[in-house]
Amino acid sequence: MTTTRTRILSAGVVTLAMLAGAGSGQAETLRLLTWGTYAPEKVIELFEEKYPDIDVEVTFSNNEEMIAKLRATGGAGYDLAQPSHDRVYAVQLEYGLYKPLDLSKIDTSVYEPKLLEGVKANTTIDGEVYSVPHMWGTSGIMADQSKAPEIDGWDDLCDPQYKGKTSMRLRRTILLGTAFAMGKDPFAAYADLDEYQKILDAVAEKLIACKDIVKAYWQGGDDLAALMLSGEVVASETWDSTAFRIYGENPDIVFVPPATGALAWIDTFSIPAKGEADDAAYKWINFVLQPEIVKLMSASTGSMCAVKGGKALLPDDKRAAYEAAFSDEDVANLKFFANIPPGVEDMEGKTLDKIKAATGG
Amino acid sequence: MSAPVDAIPSVGAPVKAGAQRKRDADRLALILLLTPFLLWIVLLIVLPHLGIGYLSLREKVGPRVYEFSFANYLEFLNEPIYWNTLLRTAWMSILVTALTLLIGFPIAYYIAKIAGRRSRAALFLLCLVPLWVSDLVRAFGWIMLLRETGIFSAVLQWSGLAAGPVEMLYNDVTVIVGLIYTVVLFMVVPIVSTLDGMDNSLIEAGYNLGGGRLTVLRRIVIPYAMPGIVAGCIIVFMLTAGSYLTPILLGGKNSMWFTEQIYNQFITRYNWEGGSTFGILLLVFTSLVVWLGLRLSGQNLANTVAKR
Repeated sequence: MTTTRTRILSAGVVTLAMLAGAGSGQAETLRLLTWGTYAPEKVIELFEEKYPDIDVEVTFSNNEEMIAKLRATGGAGYDLAQPSHDRVYAVQLEYGLYKPLDLSKIDTSVYEPKLLEGVKANTTIDGEVYSVPHMWGTSGIMADQSKAPEIDGWDDLCDPQYKGKTSMRLRRTILLGTAFAMGKDPFAAYADLDEYQKILDAVAEKLIACKDIVKAYWQGGDDLAALMLSGEVVASETWDSTAFRIYGENPDIVFVPPATGALAWIDTFSIPAKGEADDAAYKWINFVLQPEIVKLMSASTGSMCAVKGGKALLPDDKRAAYEAAFSDEDVANLKFFANIPPGVEDMEGKTLDKIKAATGG
Repeated sequence: MSAPVDAIPSVGAPVKAGAQRKRDADRLALILLLTPFLLWIVLLIVLPHLGIGYLSLREKVGPRVYEFSFANYLEFLNEPIYWNTLLRTAWMSILVTALTLLIGFPIAYYIAKIAGRRSRAALFLLCLVPLWVSDLVRAFGWIMLLRETGIFSAVLQWSGLAAGPVEMLYNDVTVIVGLIYTVVLFMVVPIVSTLDGMDNSLIEAGYNLGGGRLTVLRRIVIPYAMPGIVAGCIIVFMLTAGSYLTPILLGGKNSMWFTEQIYNQFITRYNWEGGSTFGILLLVFTSLVVWLGLRLSGQNLANTVAKR
């Protein structure tokens, strides 16, 4: 008991000291709001070595929570955020959470031009660019080749022969994937929300019927890894990075880009509207785009960086997993997530509620 | 009443002044004692709820444009998914409360009346042990035990009771078991403290007057413990209806909990207005259930809280 109490006390003292330190303004603090694997210790160490007057504080989050956190404060509390490229436009229009980027402060020459232009096109409002790319990857399917060799499409997760052995995450990705598998193009339908609602209704019907096949909806990467590695599930919707990580432990489990195209996302750098350390943020962006840092970062995230030659900078095992998964054809077939127009989140959310609440299956 | 005091001023004045001073001191103590509590209540409970109430009455009509309306509440009424989830949550919470009472009462009775003085403290401590670990870790404990490749399944297969792997996770029964495990302590503690105050001679008198075990339990022990039982039930019901982690982690494909709806509204749909509405509705609804429970059991809140 005493040791616990002392530990709590000392933790409190440290926190106070940190608060005091942050307030005194001697060292600048870069408050990073990012994904679980996007700020490895080693990279932070190297960064603080190069810029001794900047302290890096990291908060791990995901797309939805990042936006919720920033929205609660109107864009204050963090100096650099990393939402996915399709999540910036509507959020900026609706809540004004970010400030325009000064592209002259970023060494954009290192970027793979296609990805940079793609993100810029997605996040430009009134001529101002709000985001530049960082890591990118895809969502698709992972399957245990020894137990489910024939899986190659989103709808195969609902194949009755795998009853009780498949999994998915009940989020928007599976809605979009299922729509593609049904021969629809949900991104094109974003322009006509009535049409999109029809697609969603059809998707909901399909996924409700599918509940009988699905074992459980996974919540996070670790959850999914446990399900796959234990063999309780033989095929699941997944992020490619999670699949690559698992491939290292069991090479039977591979990432399968769905026949209709894997869905590609790009995580960006965006500066919150009330960020207080813009210079430090730009320094961080430029710092992590250097090849040797990209290498460290990719080893941690399992994803490719949006710089030229990003694939070559993957660690060997991840590159092997990537090459086992993607042919050039698959890469050409990638479907990049389209900007989410205002209102679509609500429609999709309602559809997801409907699927979760349905007792079919 | 004041006349006699006025009639003997020489004695009355100092007494009055003394009483006045004492009253002032009392008042000061009261204020000092009450301030942290009031601050806590106002800043952390009343204000946020006012904010949530305000948010719930706004309707989004366009980007950054809001209007006063009851649209969010109508949306709730018009969408069976939402009120079904609320009813389901309430029904399962009541079930959990009833089962917790069934399990908790004998434990409490044993600790308060049967166990010896020394083992009593140890038993009480044992009840507290699960609280030392966070909700999340406890839920993961259940997951490791119950999953298809988990410990129970392995033991069943090893002992030959099951032919293949058994999946015990991802269904409502698991959620109920997990919830009971989390909240049973909050049932045991209030009942132990009421039973502690009960004179053993009451029970003996019951037997002496020819009462059987059941009669004594029904006519003497339970009525005496009623305030503790009701307090325990209220706490357990509120905790269960408002729990988030356990139903999410242990629940299956169909098991939507109302708090999950609130989370979804706030986080995945960016719909703070809808989320606030659900929050208010959950509060009102659970309060209603508690009120109904008090009416049915013939107790009132003051009695439950204050009586020992």
